Amino acid sequence: MEVKVERQIRTGLNGDEAVAYAAYHADVDVIAAYPITPQTIIVERLSEFVHDGLLDAEFIPVESEHSALSAVVGAAASGVRTFTATASQGLALMYEILYIASSLRLPIVMALADRALSALINIHCSHDDAYAARDSGWIEFFAENVQEAYDLVIAAFRVAEDKNISFPAIVNLDGFILSHSIEPLYIYEGQDVVREFLPRREPIVKLDPDKPITIGALALQNYYIELKRAQAEAFEATPPYIRKILREYSEFSGRKYDFIKKYMIDDADIGFLVLGSTAGTMRHVVRKWREKGRKVGLISLTLYRPFPVDDFRDAVKGLKKLVIMDRSYSFGSPYAQLYMDVAATLYDEPEKPDLINVIYGLGGRDFNEYTAEEMWEKINRPGVKKIWVGVRGD
Amino acid sequence: MADDLKTWRELPVAMIVDQPGNTVEVETGTWRALRPVLDPSKCIKCLICWVYCPDLAIERLEDDSVKINYYYCKGCGICAEECPTKAIQMVEEGV
Repeated sequence: MEVKVERQIRTGLNGDEAVAYAAYHADVDVIAAYPITPQTIIVERLSEFVHDGLLDAEFIPVESEHSALSAVVGAAASGVRTFTATASQGLALMYEILYIASSLRLPIVMALADRALSALINIHCSHDDAYAARDSGWIEFFAENVQEAYDLVIAAFRVAEDKNISFPAIVNLDGFILSHSIEPLYIYEGQDVVREFLPRREPIVKLDPDKPITIGALALQNYYIELKRAQAEAFEATPPYIRKILREYSEFSGRKYDFIKKYMIDDADIGFLVLGSTAGTMRHVVRKWREKGRKVGLISLTLYRPFPVDDFRDAVKGLKKLVIMDRSYSFGSPYAQLYMDVAATLYDEPEKPDLINVIYGLGGRDFNEYTAEEMWEKINRPGVKKIWVGVRGD
Repeated sequence: MADDLKTWRELPVAMIVDQPGNTVEVETGTWRALRPVLDPSKCIKCLICWVYCPDLAIERLEDDSVKINYYYCKGCGICAEECPTKAIQMVEEGV
């Protein structure tokens, strides 16, 4: 594909700045956020854009993340375009409002600079927060690099606000690895360009004093389960619409986006599955390993929720072994979070690869080609099912 | 009653309620365990109960005397607690 460079600028930004520019170029109307590392730069830049008169938006400085998401819930219900951003403990504090936003079908877009949850206090990357939102009814994207963080935020607005979708969406970017790394990327010349892809929001329903409605009313034993059934049906129906928008965005930007990305997987015996920035590292590793004659390949998910079941089943066909790499841990569960999705997705398949779960990179522990080599050695031990890599003592 | 309930296929998006003012139909009086009972002879028409009622279960009449609306009153007892002349007593329901 050809990048439409005549309307885009080649520049250098870190992931947080790129996200802030994306929200700015999306001409967001209301922003409410509370600063938390490693997301802080997003909020800082947006407050500057608003202060400098570049972005005509209401910027609500709030006292907590619980209030931040509550404020954008109210704003979104009034029919405008809304944005927030957080990480880790901040997402945890938003937790109850996550469910409210999705149940009320409010198309809020949130950037999540993935960070480990305490204790002990850590500000670096784990996917604990991204996984914490997985059951809440938010669409979740994962960016692999700064360019994707920028693009996915813009695409996420179209996805969330689409009349056939109307669910909130999270764009995950790995804390520090992406949020604070300056990378070259293309951004649009401004709001006028993006508006062609992302017109003004047209809400399905909105709060309007002239036509009063009640949202978020009481539904007990008589209606709650019907509401959830309808919500489940609506959420499960989203993939074709998300795909259509990602294709349109690919055409618009000249950069290809789909649910999953595959690298050297078609003739591979051993596949690796990752989320986020590790995809870049693993692509390098896979290329190196291929040179050594190892028949390996890589799958990374751009769309994590809803889980791209059909694409995934198709991608793993022919693999003898699939290594699922989780940057988090699920205490008490037999395997970590991404593994469980994969196991459930493949259980009914007549032919499926052997699965191995790798836990890596918690709290920003570096994952590099040496860690990858350690992983290779461990996954080839007989009978191995779940291993940790890059940890002293194993 | 069960025949009036909608299936999930018939629900509006996010179950919004587009007919305003329908809370008046909800009989919350059935939740009550204790019933406030007013003794008009002790009432000094100060309207403290009317102000303090967290619902709209105390009705203010023309002459500033009050009447308890048992259709809505959930029996929280705040009116009885606040009444300066103890004109309202909480009585167990069904006794």
